[in-house]
Amino acid sequence: MPIAIGLEGSANKLGVGIIRHTPSKPAEILSNIRHTFVSPPGEGFLPKDTAIHHRSWVVKLVKQALKESGVAVADVDCICYTKGPGMGAPLQSVAVAARTLALLWDKPLVGVNHCVGHIEMGREITGADNPVVLYVSGGNTQVIAYADQRYRIFGEALDIAIGNCLDRFARTLNISNDPAPGYNIEQMAKKGKHLIDIPYTVKGMDCSFSGILGFIDAYAGEMLSGAEKRDPDTGELITPEDLCFSLQETAFAMLVEITERAMAHVGSAQVLIVGGVGCNERLQEMMGIMARDRGGSVYATDERFCIDNGIMIAHAGLLAFQTGFTTPIDESTCTQRFRTDEVFVKWRD
Amino acid sequence: MAPPRPIDGTLLKQGAEAHVYKSTFLLPTVPCLIKVRPTKSYRHATLDLRLTKHRCVSEARLLNRCRSMGVLCPAVYFVDEKRGEIVMEWIEGPSVRDFLHSYLDSGSNLDDEGKNPDVQIDTLMENIGQTIGRLHDIDIIHGDLTTSNLMLRHREKQNTALDSHQGSQGFKNDTSLSDFDVVLIDFGLGQVSNSDEDKAVDLYVLERAFLSTHPRATRLFNIILESYKRSCIGSAVVLRRLQEVRLRGRKKSMVG
Repeated sequence: MPIAIGLEGSANKLGVGIIRHTPSKPAEILSNIRHTFVSPPGEGFLPKDTAIHHRSWVVKLVKQALKESGVAVADVDCICYTKGPGMGAPLQSVAVAARTLALLWDKPLVGVNHCVGHIEMGREITGADNPVVLYVSGGNTQVIAYADQRYRIFGEALDIAIGNCLDRFARTLNISNDPAPGYNIEQMAKKGKHLIDIPYTVKGMDCSFSGILGFIDAYAGEMLSGAEKRDPDTGELITPEDLCFSLQETAFAMLVEITERAMAHVGSAQVLIVGGVGCNERLQEMMGIMARDRGGSVYATDERFCIDNGIMIAHAGLLAFQTGFTTPIDESTCTQRFRTDEVFVKWRD
Repeated sequence: MAPPRPIDGTLLKQGAEAHVYKSTFLLPTVPCLIKVRPTKSYRHATLDLRLTKHRCVSEARLLNRCRSMGVLCPAVYFVDEKRGEIVMEWIEGPSVRDFLHSYLDSGSNLDDEGKNPDVQIDTLMENIGQTIGRLHDIDIIHGDLTTSNLMLRHREKQNTALDSHQGSQGFKNDTSLSDFDVVLIDFGLGQVSNSDEDKAVDLYVLERAFLSTHPRATRLFNIILESYKRSCIGSAVVLRRLQEVRLRGRKKSMVG
């Protein structure tokens, strides 16, 4: 039974996972561990600091994952790593680690597209067969459907990703980055009740978030410098919780709308949410209502698989490896730009 | 939001955003089309009302603007923006998409090189080019310019003419293509803009729709572009921009 080890480090999470595939059985997760680089409140994670974090943790994590899984190095069939997309410096550190392991243990390398990793892991865990995929994270916002050996992008954010919008707003409000800025915004949003008017920027199946961020940043800036903002209907004061609530309600409505349009277009009733923002329970709830109204259902996973992890890289890498795909060492580069639809999906019909 | 009320009509199409019904307006002899944007229960009620109102009103405004500037499109009879309803003129006749399908598939009018000795179809393509040229001249972007959103309506027998299921057969027997007007429908994704980029993307969408209909449609689409070039004032810049849009294919390469 083939076993793969996967290394992920395209952003601020370093993940190592070990997976085993058995024909006509669900994939076995032997180990899936992660260490996150958390920056102080008000700051994002810088590429060079993140790369240092990954370099200093990767050996420890690989050792721990092997120990947890009880797998001997000799039983590992291939080393999978994230080829891209992501931040350059963190990607490079992990690619170097993967190459080192490949040479040290004399195993083939498999370069994996990060987005395809998310999609394949989501399908594996939820059992969704051929869903429309909403991939939402700090770096990506895409509506994807499978056709003819490719994951095709039907709609996407034209500027910044939804997760980036949320993270940067968290910085404006000085919200903690631990465990994740988006998680803390979600908790605050639960206490918000007034909806402020925020730009709603959907065009066909695409959307845009930079204008929304600019608007709500300016709004919050006025509040932070002491201006009183009141709800026009009730006269009550607008709180930072209301801002989080309004931002989520507006931005998620846009995401659900473009997903629904893609579902109508391809005639699918299943929707799968993957990526870090996919953990958000309000987004899952809204998507669930939309899917139910269309007579379908939503599939989502929890933080172990939604947030960047090593197991998804191992899984997608092993799927490719079993079709005969490997990445020769002199081609084992990484790239910040690597579109989802560039990958030839040989393992699906 | 007003309570839902059943629409008195036949549901024709249920898209992601709107439902379209065929009904009658005021008199049982006046057919009309009702476009309804139903409440989306997943989004906040205030946001839902705001979006529904805005989209409904802006679509109706675009239709009115087109009509007053002489671009053929359905007349707006009635707007209830709180319910998200637009009642508009019923446009009879096949869509250009259906017409082209049956016309090109029949193949009888095409020789081996796909050359078409029939001048009527060329005139139709010129009409389409003119219509779009006129639309862009008044700075309206359709936003979803596909062959399904171009209708062929008989000039005299407006509402009683062809049954759309007859397709192109009806044309060949007793009528000439030159008796038909090109009417634009569905401005749901439309906007007012004078940007060359927006206009070029409009043409690009139509080009994709044309070429995916039939490989032989390339020649026909070129006639549209020629006629667009002649009838629209800023056409030279837009057509140059179209070259760039084509090269770009589907937008930018994703970063990160």
